[in-house]
Amino acid sequence: MTIQVPPVGFVSAGTLEEAARLVSDPDDRAVLIAGGTDLVPKLKRHQAAPITLVSLANIEAMHGIAITDDGACVIGALTTLSEIASSPDVPTMLASAAATVASPQIRNSATIGGNLCVDTRCNYIDMPLTWRQARGHCLKDGGDTCWVAPASDRCWAISSTDLAPVVIALNASVRLVSSRGERVVTADSLYRSDGINYLTKTSDEILVDVTIPATTARTSFQKLRRRGSIDFALLSVACAVDVDSEGRCDTARIVVGGIASAPVSATDAEEFLVGKQLTPEVIDEASEIASKPVRAQDNTDTGQRYRKWMISVHVAKALTEAATERV
Amino acid sequence: MHAVGTAGPRIDGMEQTMGRTKYTDDMTLPGMLIGRLARSTQAHARIISIDTSAAEALDGVKAVLVGTDLPITYGILPVSQDETALAVGKVRHVGEPIAAVAAIDAETAERAVDLIKATYEPLDTVASIDGALLEDRDLIHGEGKGLNVHRTAALEFGDVDEGLASADHIREDVFYFAGNTHAALELHAALATAEPGGRVTLWSSTQVPHYVHRTLAKVLEMPAGQIRVVAAPVGGGFGGKTDPFSHEIVAAKLAMVTGRPVKFTLTREEVFYAHRGRHPVLMWVKTGFDTEGRITACHFKTFLEGGAFGSYGAASLYYTGALQTSTYQIPNYRFEGVRVFTNKPPCGPKRGHGTPQPRFALECQLDKAAEDLGIDPVAIRLINAVEPNSMTVNHLRITSCALSECIERVAEASGFKEKFENLPAGKGVGIAVGAYMCGAGLPIYFNEMPQSEVQIKVDRGGGVTVFSMATDIGQGSTTMLATVVAEVLGLEPSDIAMVTADTDLTPVDLGSYSSRVTFMGGNAALEAGTAVKDRVFAAVADKLGAPIESLVAQNGRIEDAEEPDTGVSWAEAVALAIASGGPLIESGSYRAPKLAGPYKGAGVGISPAYSYSAAVVEVDCDPDTGIVTVDKVWLAHDIGQSINPLLVEGQIEGGVYMGLGEALFEADDFRGALHRGPSLLDYKMPTSLDMPPVEAILIDSDDPEGPFGAKEVGQGPLLPVIPAVANAIWNALGIRMDQTPFTPDKIVAALRDVARGKPGRFGPKEVPAFEFPPLIMVEPPEGFPTGRIHIEVGVS
Ligand SMILES: Cc1cc2nc3c(=O)[nH]c(=O)nc-3n(C[C@H](O)[C@H](O)[C@H](O)COP(=O)(O)OP(=O)(O)OC[C@H]3O[C@@H](n4cnc5c(N)ncnc54)[C@H](O)[C@@H]3O)c2cc1C
Repeated sequence: MTIQVPPVGFVSAGTLEEAARLVSDPDDRAVLIAGGTDLVPKLKRHQAAPITLVSLANIEAMHGIAITDDGACVIGALTTLSEIASSPDVPTMLASAAATVASPQIRNSATIGGNLCVDTRCNYIDMPLTWRQARGHCLKDGGDTCWVAPASDRCWAISSTDLAPVVIALNASVRLVSSRGERVVTADSLYRSDGINYLTKTSDEILVDVTIPATTARTSFQKLRRRGSIDFALLSVACAVDVDSEGRCDTARIVVGGIASAPVSATDAEEFLVGKQLTPEVIDEASEIASKPVRAQDNTDTGQRYRKWMISVHVAKALTEAATERV
Repeated sequence: MHAVGTAGPRIDGMEQTMGRTKYTDDMTLPGMLIGRLARSTQAHARIISIDTSAAEALDGVKAVLVGTDLPITYGILPVSQDETALAVGKVRHVGEPIAAVAAIDAETAERAVDLIKATYEPLDTVASIDGALLEDRDLIHGEGKGLNVHRTAALEFGDVDEGLASADHIREDVFYFAGNTHAALELHAALATAEPGGRVTLWSSTQVPHYVHRTLAKVLEMPAGQIRVVAAPVGGGFGGKTDPFSHEIVAAKLAMVTGRPVKFTLTREEVFYAHRGRHPVLMWVKTGFDTEGRITACHFKTFLEGGAFGSYGAASLYYTGALQTSTYQIPNYRFEGVRVFTNKPPCGPKRGHGTPQPRFALECQLDKAAEDLGIDPVAIRLINAVEPNSMTVNHLRITSCALSECIERVAEASGFKEKFENLPAGKGVGIAVGAYMCGAGLPIYFNEMPQSEVQIKVDRGGGVTVFSMATDIGQGSTTMLATVVAEVLGLEPSDIAMVTADTDLTPVDLGSYSSRVTFMGGNAALEAGTAVKDRVFAAVADKLGAPIESLVAQNGRIEDAEEPDTGVSWAEAVALAIASGGPLIESGSYRAPKLAGPYKGAGVGISPAYSYSAAVVEVDCDPDTGIVTVDKVWLAHDIGQSINPLLVEGQIEGGVYMGLGEALFEADDFRGALHRGPSLLDYKMPTSLDMPPVEAILIDSDDPEGPFGAKEVGQGPLLPVIPAVANAIWNALGIRMDQTPFTPDKIVAALRDVARGKPGRFGPKEVPAFEFPPLIMVEPPEGFPTGRIHIEVGVS
């Protein structure tokens, strides 16, 4: 049997204002849905039980890509990953990262807004109901223990958005709208390292668009996954480096996804790189520095040791590719 | 031959491609109820109580069953009648069905299942081979504590100690093959009705309607004649639909209880729990070689983790020892094996049934021996290759055999030798071979009846209908049967109407397992078709006044080969035959020759013929990430004769696909006794986008007993793929992957060992100290090994 979505109400909002109103009262248990590629499987597995789904799909104003006068790229939250992957207007790193998300079919419905808000994942929670009953419900699932780290009082589910590291590395900001008003925050500050409350935005806030400022940075996105065709990242790395005319690093951004409950900025490595030539030795050292503070948990595919090893490997790959990128 | 050997579409290809085929889950009947199973959340526990009252009280629920409603035990093998449709007394794995409901719709059924409350008293959980071999654990089958051993085997052919003593080089290796599953696209489903008069009909997604029929008769305590089992079109089986299943029996019982049709379709998670997939096998192999690489003796030990029930396990155990000798001349051979029970979903047969695991071990060890001895991997296989018309030391009769040609052709097509020496670091090629049976020599339950029967009825207008219980599970058996009959009668496959897989309408065929249908069903169809042809020819000869010997069936006509103009159309010929001899209904059957050697366990591995394959895999490995990309696979297969080369190539590609999945991605991993990810996101099957190009090379060895010389292709081509990948990784990176699947973390771990001066190998180091029973000593067949034995061949 294809598992059914449990009964749930469905409203398609025609305007942003209407959508904002529909999700304004937490007691209504109304949840936003865009492409549904993350939310629908979770509903089927009884990981969430909203009363109403508020679809954003018909809000015309939230679709599409525009370039502003100062060269910034503004992407509507409902723009699909297929559109982004094939767009000549978005930064190359964003297009190439979007092309690695899930599978072609999923990318046709998946949106960038949904991607940036995608739920954290863990292989104790993203399981069918019988399985969770057999194992015992974990912290994120209404239980009182995180099975990944039973001694800890928080949830260690993993941030699984591939586009968040990219937009953070590109210093993007996101616009959030609710019936209470509008605010713009840096993409970086959207995330919180907690597997349950992984976003700093409130549940009534709608992510309307993403603005990526014009940049001259050299960039690279690297993703590790089991199957090149469909899988979530075991690790992703986005890096953006600005080099001066001498080839020295002016600024560097290195953001690691898929390894902790929020994207991790490798600030020590970023600082280390400033003023240095991106030689293989420097890259090796920077990638070691980047991997040092990060711990991998036993909550996804492949072993922890391996994923820890892979951080420096992928940071090095990213920096090497960025260093040689033609801009 | 006009039909046989011609590449053409499946006769049911159009409706499948257009989505018109009605699989079991697509069927609905008036008043139909939806059934769901409640499943155990415990790995091993005594059932204290199951409270179904709330479920029964729920509006829309029509019936609820528990274990005591269906207490009779069953199991696919007569020696392992250890299952009940719903758990009785205790549960043995997470996901075992404990109760069933039938309700007016899926939502109500689902809610009713949630309302069923079971209480348990936990027992020791046994979750590994080592754990099963401890003496102080609760028994999974039986009372009290002890070793959870299901079955053992210990056989010796020739003199292994002497063979090893005479060897110039001896290798001892340990391997582990991870368990994995079939993951057929179609989820298991069954729909049952019960007529007021008592007759029960079950449509099911099964590979074996005959065995399901027998099981229903036993468990429902009904005469078989009151039960009809129909295998609806099956959306993939691979061995996963070869056991009788809980939901099939429960659907029938619920239909009887409610008087309404009841349909079950399992969820993907439930299919992982129903399982019957590849056994995890730990192996220890000691082989002696002379200086040229010739095998002098081989000692093989296997430890199979069987999961919670017997299933096919008694056979699977012997299969881990039976076919090593079918590819290489092993003059002295010892096999010791043990299958243990654990509290996990039951293992069973998956494509290659019990043989891919030892094949992996043997082919990897041979590669290492070649390396030790400075021989190339092609040469060591050729020097040991089995020859046509020979006997193996364990009494397998080999007739047609193009193994050497497979090796040579695949090496040549892939440029193996050139690449083996010269590819840059990170890239590599590997080679391996395999062989598989064309049908198990014996039926699953002892009987003297034919293994396949086919009936043909010809309509007065010339329409030909073929009746056979052979079950098309996607492999194309229906098209194969139509092609065989069309060939005999001078018609086209698309002219033939096929009625298959229905116990009321079709004569018995044992089912789609052990690659038996082309060889056995095909021969039965050939015999039935020939009987029809003989009658038609007799009538036409009479009419034309021509000798029967000069008649030919071609282009929809029966013609005198000498004077084609004088012939008659097929329809006229049929009318003549019916006028002279009455209804034109004929039948044919197939019974394998008696092949079993003189020892217990000899029934496993014997077959009227063996297919052979050799594969070369080329890989590109990233030493930093451990990710292995397969660039291309070449696979040469000794098919005997292709009935339809397009379908043969399809099976080869499917076998390569499945082999690559098992080599690089797929494993049933557990946390304790709990599956780590019973979903297709967590269970890493490759997708179409992960598939490299495959070059299939078909080799015709014209089997003396196969229909038109044909042999199997459904299972054999998978076998060499897995070790060929391991051997290619060795060639690329200089590390030995002695454990499947070859995931990037294992590869990086082995490479890091190399960097620290340790051997570059990933795999188990030892096997448990288990005392096998005393060896049964078996004399090699007469004349072995010096004189090659000539085989009297001829269809039985
Ligand atoms: C098999 C599979 C593989 C996948 N692989 C990847 C992968 O490799 N990388 C990856 O990053 N993701 C992956 N995903 C997750 C998901 O498909 C993508 O992240 C996708 O971009 C989510 O977008 P969506 O529009 O479908 O989100 P939805 O499912 O519609 O929503 C996701 C969440 O975001 C919220 N939301 C959606 N839009 C907004 C908005 N505008 N404002 C506020 N909240 C909003 C929803 O309420 C929901 O909580 C995979 C999913 C599957 C099923």
